Amino acid sequence: MLVTATSKEDWLPYGGAMSVKMSSGQRPVEDDSYLIKRVALERDSLAFRSLFLRFGPRVKAIMMKSGADAETAEDLAQEAMLVVWRKADRYAPERGSLAAWIFTIARNLRIDRLRRQSPEAYEDIDELELEAPEESGETQVQVRQRNELVLKAVAELPPDQRSVIEMSFVHDTPQSDIAQKLGLPLGTVKSRTRLAYIKLRERLEALE
Amino acid sequence: MKIAHHPDNSTLLSYAAGNLDEAFVTVVAAHLAICGACRSQVHKIEEIGGTMLQSLHPVAMDADALERVMSKLDGAGDHFVDNAAKAKQVGPSLPRPIARLIGDGLDNVAWKTVAPGVAVHRLATSETARGALTLLKIDSGKKIPEHGHSGAEMTLVLTGSYRDESGRFGPGDVADLDEDIEHEPRVDSSEPCICVVAAEGPTRFKGLVGRILQPLVGI
Repeated sequence: MLVTATSKEDWLPYGGAMSVKMSSGQRPVEDDSYLIKRVALERDSLAFRSLFLRFGPRVKAIMMKSGADAETAEDLAQEAMLVVWRKADRYAPERGSLAAWIFTIARNLRIDRLRRQSPEAYEDIDELELEAPEESGETQVQVRQRNELVLKAVAELPPDQRSVIEMSFVHDTPQSDIAQKLGLPLGTVKSRTRLAYIKLRERLEALE
Repeated sequence: MKIAHHPDNSTLLSYAAGNLDEAFVTVVAAHLAICGACRSQVHKIEEIGGTMLQSLHPVAMDADALERVMSKLDGAGDHFVDNAAKAKQVGPSLPRPIARLIGDGLDNVAWKTVAPGVAVHRLATSETARGALTLLKIDSGKKIPEHGHSGAEMTLVLTGSYRDESGRFGPGDVADLDEDIEHEPRVDSSEPCICVVAAEGPTRFKGLVGRILQPLVGI
């Protein structure tokens, strides 16, 4: 569960998550694209196995950090990976990295099972994009570069912005709850997320 | 359709992270259905989620996890659900996240008139949703009394248009308002303005008319 900071001063970004060097989780994006393509087109269970071993335990981790007990997190991780298999042909590399796509699968499950709200509106948008795909004209290389830029941008965020982003994406904490936990006005939490986003966008604009 | 007003970046972040309340998610998604620029922003923000996921310490799964999932794998992929046909029945102008909730389209909404020229219709949300989702229909020339909000409020225009202190809002435009903003929107289209509103807390109307109206409008 969440670490609760008792005051602004002793607040530290969550130990572990971002302080670790991004090594074991990092693999070239080409590998990911290749593996998911094998799963989508060839129904290749070896390729799936490789994705399962890498992402399954990380989906389990994000579920636990979102407040699920170990058993629920295990079930949700297995379910998320089953969705990866079933929907592999919907993954569109031009819209983002495989990791981001798997994050959205985990996110929708988290909304449905942990938050007990409806993820249908998200699915509506997915369907709409599938029916009318936009030609982004991005190459594989650009997708990889974008992935690297986001990694850099996130790694370079000042601690106050990074902790807000982490609480939101990893710990599934709504902005109003983040404000309460950090003892900050909601407006400050919002401006920190905006600043973090602007940095990310500046990084990405270099690509465009 | 030129969209001039978009959700705040912090709202898009919260949407992409998955911790925005359902009523607000519906309004954001309805805007995304119309606004390609914001869809593309959301995909960029989702990369943050991907980055976070990749850099988490893995938590070991059950010894038989892979085996169990593998035993469920079938040859076939998932088949697209034909939502397109469903959405077409209710008219192409309604964004899908709203069309799905309305069913028969805007012509058959069971409006409840709450004041002259003002009608509302509550849309269903999950029991756990904190915010309420309401369709609001305001006749041409009418205005909603000046009001503030006890919580966040987000409005998406579906048809018609209105104007307030921050500009003109037409179909697809979103007013993403903070707690402390007060406004007095007036419908400036010849047809009624129909909006979908997500509201976190009761809206506080100022003035006598407002105080009479507030319990009736209930948003």
